[in-house]
Amino acid sequence: MYTAEMRELSKKVEETRSQRIGINFPRMSPEGKIDVLNENHPDYSDKGFMYLKHGVNKGNRVPNELGVLLEGKSKLENFQINLDKIDYDTDILIIGGGGAGAAAALEAHNRGAKVLIATKLRFGDANTMMAEGGIQAADKPNDSPAKHYLDVMGGGHYTNVPELASTLVKDAPSAIKWLDDLGVMFDKENDGTMITNHGGGTSRKRMHSAADYSGAEIMRVMRDEVRNKEIEVLEFSPVIELLLDTDGKAAGAIICDLETKRNFVVRAKTVIMATGGAGRLHYQGFPTSNHYGATADGLVMGYRVGAELAFADTIQYHPTGVAYPSQIFGALVTEKVRSLGATPLNIHGEQFVYHLETRDVEASAIIKECNIKGNGIPTPSGGYGVWLDTPLIEMIHGEGTIEKKLPAMMRMYLKFGLDMRKKPILVYPTLHYQNGGLLIDKNGQTKIKNLYVAGECAGGIHGTNRLMGNSLLDIIVFGRRAGIHAGENFKDIKIKDLTFDHVKKYHKDLKNNGVESREFSPMILPTYNHGREK
Amino acid sequence: MSEKKMIDVYIFGKKYTVPSTLTIMDSMEYAGYQLTKGCGCRSGFCGACSTIYRVKGDKELKIALACQTKVEDGMYFTQLPFFPGEKPLYDIDKFKPTMDTMAQFYPEIYKCIGCNSCTNGCPQDLNVMQYIAHAQRGEFEKCAHGSFDCVSCGICASRCPAGITHYNVALLARRLTGKYIVPKTEHLKDRVAEIAAGKHDKSLKEVMDKNVEELKELYNSRDISK
Ligand SMILES: Cc1cc2nc3c(=O)[nH]c(=O)nc-3n(C[C@H](O)[C@H](O)[C@H](O)COP(=O)(O)OP(=O)(O)OC[C@H]3O[C@@H](n4cnc5c(N)ncnc54)[C@H](O)[C@@H]3O)c2cc1C
Ligand code: SF4
Ligand code: SF4
Ligand code: FES
Repeated sequence: MYTAEMRELSKKVEETRSQRIGINFPRMSPEGKIDVLNENHPDYSDKGFMYLKHGVNKGNRVPNELGVLLEGKSKLENFQINLDKIDYDTDILIIGGGGAGAAAALEAHNRGAKVLIATKLRFGDANTMMAEGGIQAADKPNDSPAKHYLDVMGGGHYTNVPELASTLVKDAPSAIKWLDDLGVMFDKENDGTMITNHGGGTSRKRMHSAADYSGAEIMRVMRDEVRNKEIEVLEFSPVIELLLDTDGKAAGAIICDLETKRNFVVRAKTVIMATGGAGRLHYQGFPTSNHYGATADGLVMGYRVGAELAFADTIQYHPTGVAYPSQIFGALVTEKVRSLGATPLNIHGEQFVYHLETRDVEASAIIKECNIKGNGIPTPSGGYGVWLDTPLIEMIHGEGTIEKKLPAMMRMYLKFGLDMRKKPILVYPTLHYQNGGLLIDKNGQTKIKNLYVAGECAGGIHGTNRLMGNSLLDIIVFGRRAGIHAGENFKDIKIKDLTFDHVKKYHKDLKNNGVESREFSPMILPTYNHGREK
Repeated sequence: MSEKKMIDVYIFGKKYTVPSTLTIMDSMEYAGYQLTKGCGCRSGFCGACSTIYRVKGDKELKIALACQTKVEDGMYFTQLPFFPGEKPLYDIDKFKPTMDTMAQFYPEIYKCIGCNSCTNGCPQDLNVMQYIAHAQRGEFEKCAHGSFDCVSCGICASRCPAGITHYNVALLARRLTGKYIVPKTEHLKDRVAEIAAGKHDKSLKEVMDKNVEELKELYNSRDISK
């Protein structure tokens, strides 16, 4: 329920609606975009960033919260662990049970590899499960991979690794077909035509969806398939460090049982890192849409064995996170809400930005409206938000559209007493996605032999900004590619003795570079206290 | 507004005083727990956080998603890491949906006594008993749509006297619907074939060969469909 003051303010939205409906707010000019980004986007100022003193990316900029972990100490520092006692011996170890991990597991299994998935939370309790809006692929007659490519590059400010971007768009239709053949229920017309929509920055309607449970539908089907294939999954078993062999090849990992705190040694011919994002590090104090285990563990562990980071200083703030009610603060309001026509408005009920600019631009415009122009709507918890005029959707597309196309959103708000069909909702940018990550090639390989990375943990595909729907796509495309490549090559791999000398060396290097580590890393789980004094 | 009000809740039997605005999940953290189980997405999508509770003075045991439910004064709750649920193995490529499919994999659905406990418990407000009835009758598409918003939290299964694992029944119905019942997508098949035949290589290479300035030019003047 809104407070009396908020109810009063929301009347402005209703008052101006008749003047806004049917009138398109102008898109921002290329120069306007640059200005608003420079002035407002958290990535565009040095505040909140540090420069790495150590490792492959020495001298590069990363968010403070990530930097502290990258320069942190291993949990195994003083740990005596017997690497001769192998607890799990497998061909392929997949770290992370989200979409990228599951896709890789299925393909590797299909090629005859013995696969082990170790995951921090329950299998599938991951960002993939939460993706609402959809997945891109250029499979309509008016579209093409080349058009998709141009959108990807423009969205990423032309910084994307061209080979990765082109692989993404070229594999996209077959990724959708793969999911369709597994029985994912995409939204379709009666004749089987895919229902597709626009997302921010798309030049064609190529966003495929499964209502606003797109990621959930994809994840639960893949999870079912992994179970059908009897692929072994260790749940509540985060990896806390990678292992190399004496040749310096990736060769396994140490996993930790979350409950008993016992450690286990896994030996594997190849390791696929699919640990997802970093939202729970709450860069610059932002709330996040991410799941509880999104703490950048893969970046930290990968960096420690010498894999290179790319674009680790570019973060995606989703323009529309929940600003109110406080119980779901930071949760995502899917971009599909804007695709369907909801527009952002300030305290005066005026639109101030075209509703489908790329995410970085849209988020920057909202931050500007609240923090610089002072046109935000105050929330009871002391923050600000802007209205998203959701009743507009029903006016444009007819009554019942929200219930049909945005059931998850509607339900989330109704649980806390707000009906988005009748009242606008309050939004503010939320920390949503790690644009960069560990640099890969088109088969998901890093420069460390036999170490693959897939999904949100990988870097290079999206450059400095990802478009909606290209992440669900990349986890399938590159998850499958990593699984296929590893599954075709594991037989020729000979593992030498396991070692974690790299960890010792890492600690020595830290010291030599004058880094005083305070934290142990990876983080594994965040700590929350909800305002309770420490 | 009474935003700052404090109330008493009982976590694993022990009393804690917490702000009334918190969810069940947040209240545990406020009390000092670091969750290692029963917590995933924190936004009502993953079904990890089923929690059993009772409110003082009310005898009924209830189950809810901890991340989607506000605390109440006098609430006693305990967390469930997850519900064990039956899932037979199958190869979806090896059979087509028939009237017998459900009987083969989930024969227990025919033992439903119509008590409606499943529906009453569902935090997504799905008509669970109804979608099971559709499954019984081989109406897979109806079962699929009726269960589409299921988060597999397992609450329905925990209450079912017939031992049905509703969410897995529904998952099978959805996969069969997606794979066999809904028409295949012709434009998708065509595009995959075109790409395999190299039909898009040239146009893709052309954009890939552009330098940043040329790309910018192309991008800023690209036509955007309605
Ligand atoms: C709310 C939300 C909505 C989104 N909507 C969309 C959308 O509409 N379209 C789109 O394209 N993208 C969307 N995204 C982005 C997209 O969903 C994710 O980027 C993508 O699913 C990531 O998949 P992943 O497999 O790389 O990681 P995840 O799915 O997050 O999986 C990571 C896995 O790794 C595990 N893990 C982490 N650390 C460790 C460790 N140390 N040891 C073992 N396991 C570990 C986790 O527990 C988890 O199982 C959305 C993201 C969010 C958060
Ligand atoms: S149908 Fe069952 S498993 Fe699915 S959301 Fe409802 S109670 Fe949970
Ligand atoms: S709880 Fe079980 S027996 Fe009762 S209505 Fe639901 S499916 Fe039938
Ligand atoms: S934590 Fe995912 S549903 Fe509650």
